[in-house]
Amino acid sequence: MKKRWASLIATGAALVLASGCGNTSAGQESGFDTGGEMILATTTSTYDTGLLDELIPVFEEETGVNVKIIAVGSGQALAMGEEGEADALLAHAPEAEEELEADGKVINRHRVMHNDFIVAGPDIDPAGISGLPVEEAFAELANQNGLFFSRGDDSGTHKKELDIWSFAGTESVFDNYKETGQGMGDTLRIASEREGYTLTDRGTYLFQKENLDNLAVLNEGDESLENIYHVMQVSPDLSEKINEEAAEAFVDFFLSEETQSFIKTFGEEEWGQPLFFIN
Amino acid sequence: MELIWSGLVEAFKMIIQLDNEVLQITLLTLKVCFISTFISTLIGLPAGMVLAFKNFAGKQLLLLIVHAGMGLPPVVAGLWVTMFLWRSGPLGDLQWLFTPQAIVAAQVVVSLPIIISLTYSAFKKIDYALILQIKSLGPTTVQKVYLYIKEARFGIMAAIMAGLGRVLAEVGAAMMVGGNLRGETRILTTAMVMEVSRGNFHIALALSFILMAIALIITFILLHLQQRRFTP
Repeated sequence: MKKRWASLIATGAALVLASGCGNTSAGQESGFDTGGEMILATTTSTYDTGLLDELIPVFEEETGVNVKIIAVGSGQALAMGEEGEADALLAHAPEAEEELEADGKVINRHRVMHNDFIVAGPDIDPAGISGLPVEEAFAELANQNGLFFSRGDDSGTHKKELDIWSFAGTESVFDNYKETGQGMGDTLRIASEREGYTLTDRGTYLFQKENLDNLAVLNEGDESLENIYHVMQVSPDLSEKINEEAAEAFVDFFLSEETQSFIKTFGEEEWGQPLFFIN
Repeated sequence: MELIWSGLVEAFKMIIQLDNEVLQITLLTLKVCFISTFISTLIGLPAGMVLAFKNFAGKQLLLLIVHAGMGLPPVVAGLWVTMFLWRSGPLGDLQWLFTPQAIVAAQVVVSLPIIISLTYSAFKKIDYALILQIKSLGPTTVQKVYLYIKEARFGIMAAIMAGLGRVLAEVGAAMMVGGNLRGETRILTTAMVMEVSRGNFHIALALSFILMAIALIITFILLHLQQRRFTP
């Protein structure tokens, strides 16, 4: 009996030791590599579509940098940049980004790609907004108290949505305006299940389309619906732990011809149209 | 129904084909959960024992905190651990954020109160007459500790199981401090959340079957150990 206890404890201890050693050696390896480690805070839309799954390994291969992708809303991504908790950012909230740039918190900011926002809603379109200019469509939704799902998470999409409400000359305060507080994929599925309207980026919509019953694109193509992504470095002044070289290399990588031509065709095969356009 | 069935099929496929990524996620899940439970036991067992047998100032307060800590929402633990591990935080120099170490740290915070609390109860349940009897034999401290543990082993095992169960099921803290990094900090629960948000329900379901299978196997092993130790 005593032996069994002892062996149990010994096994546990061995496990801890083995894994402990494993961790440190792995950490050191990447620490001494040319590029070291880098934290990329990015929007969920670029991550959920799988674009970064394809691009990041290429970058890691080229530079030896180990990239940690933290997929959050643009709001949180920018906040992480502001605090110096990330090294590079990929976001789609141009106005908020410009503020950070003006404060010197982010540098080397470049436009890398765009797609567009669309209004998705039930294909029977109870509020009859299909085909209207987006501001009119929003005003109509507010008037009729249409069921609208907002991400409400301070993401780029959420910011854009709030802009449209204010352009539409109405406020987003009506009974059927609901905030999900979740990412685009989840919000789209909630809208689909509950038969409501939502504003989404086209990439995530296409990516999720097969899970979305009876949800159709109702408004698209307006100039105000352009969705622009920027890549940028966090200012190395914010924290001495920022990996400036890696972040700079990352920006260069995103702007490189190979990457841009990859983005141009990404998704074409699977969804019949590209998810992102380059500039 | 069809989804559940296809999830089951997918899970079997993943297991049989030993899908590298799934295997890696599963092993990391086991590793992280075992280590955090082991550390929690290493700290929690003596702590529970001290709380049960020693009297000292502030003991009641400590007990209150520990018992309340059993219900600590993992997200709260995650938030605090994140803030401590930030580059600008007090432990920023460790560079642990978004590493498996950070997940272990958060899970220790979550499981430690459970293990202290339940081992405390286990030691408290030892018959007072038996304690007197043990003391009358004039044992050394080591012998005394050994006998107490032996007496309370049933409850101790239950405490470890509860702690392990909690960390296996936990997702909020692991997501926050680990960041769900592919190949680095992605564990079964965070992978499931991600696959659901990507709309890949069948993969999420497959992962859920693996997680449940693990829980089942571990509980079986621990129960088996416990029962065997119970027979004379």
